[in-house]
Amino acid sequence: MPKSWNPETKPHKFCPGCGHGLVLKVLGDAIDELEIQDKVVFGCDIGCSLLAWDFFNCDSIQTHHGRTTPVITGVKRATPDRIGIAYMGDGGGYAIGSQHLVNAATRNEKITVILVNNTNYGMTGGQMAPTTLPGQKTETSPYGRDPLDTGYPTLGPEMVSAIAREGAYVARGTMSNLRQLKKFIKKALQNQIDGKGFSFVEALSSCPTNWRTNAEATWNFVEKDMADYFKVGEFKAPAKEEK
Amino acid sequence: MSDKPVQGEKRVFMTGNEVVAWAALAAEVDIMYGYPITPQNEIMHYWTRMAPKFGRKFLQTEDEISAGFTTVGGVMAGKKAFSATAGPGNTLFQEPMSMAEMMRIPTVVVIQQRGGPSTATVIYSQQEVTMTTFGGNGEGFRVVYSTAGHQDLYDYTIKSFNTAWKYRFPTFVLADGYQAKMREPLTIYDPAEKGIEMVKPEPFVGRPGMPGVDRPTQYLRNTYNTEVELYDAVMDIAKDYEAAMEDLMEWENFMTDDAETLIVAHGVVSRAAQGALPELRDAGIKVGHFRPITLRPFANEELRKAAKNAKKILVVESAYGQFLKLVKEALYGMDLPIETILRPGVGITSEEIVARIKEGR
Repeated sequence: MPKSWNPETKPHKFCPGCGHGLVLKVLGDAIDELEIQDKVVFGCDIGCSLLAWDFFNCDSIQTHHGRTTPVITGVKRATPDRIGIAYMGDGGGYAIGSQHLVNAATRNEKITVILVNNTNYGMTGGQMAPTTLPGQKTETSPYGRDPLDTGYPTLGPEMVSAIAREGAYVARGTMSNLRQLKKFIKKALQNQIDGKGFSFVEALSSCPTNWRTNAEATWNFVEKDMADYFKVGEFKAPAKEEK
Repeated sequence: MSDKPVQGEKRVFMTGNEVVAWAALAAEVDIMYGYPITPQNEIMHYWTRMAPKFGRKFLQTEDEISAGFTTVGGVMAGKKAFSATAGPGNTLFQEPMSMAEMMRIPTVVVIQQRGGPSTATVIYSQQEVTMTTFGGNGEGFRVVYSTAGHQDLYDYTIKSFNTAWKYRFPTFVLADGYQAKMREPLTIYDPAEKGIEMVKPEPFVGRPGMPGVDRPTQYLRNTYNTEVELYDAVMDIAKDYEAAMEDLMEWENFMTDDAETLIVAHGVVSRAAQGALPELRDAGIKVGHFRPITLRPFANEELRKAAKNAKKILVVESAYGQFLKLVKEALYGMDLPIETILRPGVGITSEEIVARIKEGR
């Protein structure tokens, strides 16, 4: 268990098979390895991400629908020596909070945004999300998402890397490759520590509850369907950051 | 870095927006988060010109939702933070201010009311009374000061930071476009020299030490697992709010002791009411005026005292009955006829008030 986790709140509250626990595991490891536990202000959004409100032994703020990015921006602007982490889902980051994500990236806010993409709105009962794949069935796309009717899934890191400038770090990892995801998250945090610019990591994650999948089908969806559409890798990294 | 922005007392002639910026500097504000909207823009204009000279900061956000939430973040980080807005911006501010209300975050927001709902009428109204006093999806545990002019703007902008940090309720300075844009004389001062001690801000998050080891980890949330948990949280806040109400309520009485006609007005309209009194008194009419300074909490009992000899009430406001609702609630059960001058978006002169009272006799 990462040192920065709050053991009193474990086992955690996420559904069995949910990816949040794994993403938060590598985030915890990254916080430990960078030795920033006492500097982190962790913000979480609504939806399933809010269940992380007492996950770490780090000062935490659980905020409103889509508003984690501005809250953490406010903290960071007021106290630049803090490490601000905004943790959210695809709904919070790409739908209701998208203008905050876009503008924080444009302004190159020195914060780290970690967005967990599970292609649906988990906590509200599995409705279509900005990231729902074409053909994917959800409660509000019961016959499968038809892109001609509802558009195509949001490609977050692609969008952010297109608008982010000098010093920004942008990557997409997946819960099916935690070693790599940890590397991305660690780089994203290091980028903030170095004061270089906005850092953004999308993490592909699972929602077996609302996907109505068994263990094997869940894994296939994450590893094949999602990774086919959402390309894993680094999209933007400051030129001199390789160490 | 320069010394104190305001030293000693100084007689000045300024616009209201400039006054607010000076008052925020004098109140030792660290950072302003803002988004442009008329008629409050010059608060930001003056702030951005002066703030760097005194080591203060500014962030222009992407919208008012963000301005509100960044303000919340700045306050949680332990800084004196504020914002200013109006009209549709005030609408968007209700979401972050609901969070501030439930989480007891001492935010300060200056509202320069304009006409509703969106574009065009950008200068004056008193149409943001309901939204500012009870907006948001909570109970309206906030403090709202309604200012009537520039000295008020200076005094209450300074005071709002102390109120917010002492009682931990979101605090609003509710002015309007006339006050924002017009120029009038006032005295600015260093609060310390007036014996006003500014409450020091404290961090909610990011205190020194290792969380969970040297000190408790701060978990700030507004998610409640059960309705009963929410009930308990709200009732705790309600108790604190009610305990603080006595200290918070402010009002002014003008010739109310023997008043048979009581004019009730707030904000800049109060000045028209004050202006109407001498002429009406000269004409032998026993008229008085009650001005609530805090619209939330509202000094219900004080209004009832002012109305004790009244045969009728005249409510005057530049809105269609938003202030009237507060007055009616305060006077519930007194069985007094209430007349009104309701002018949404339009200014009201003392001549109009005089004429109405004379014709109504």
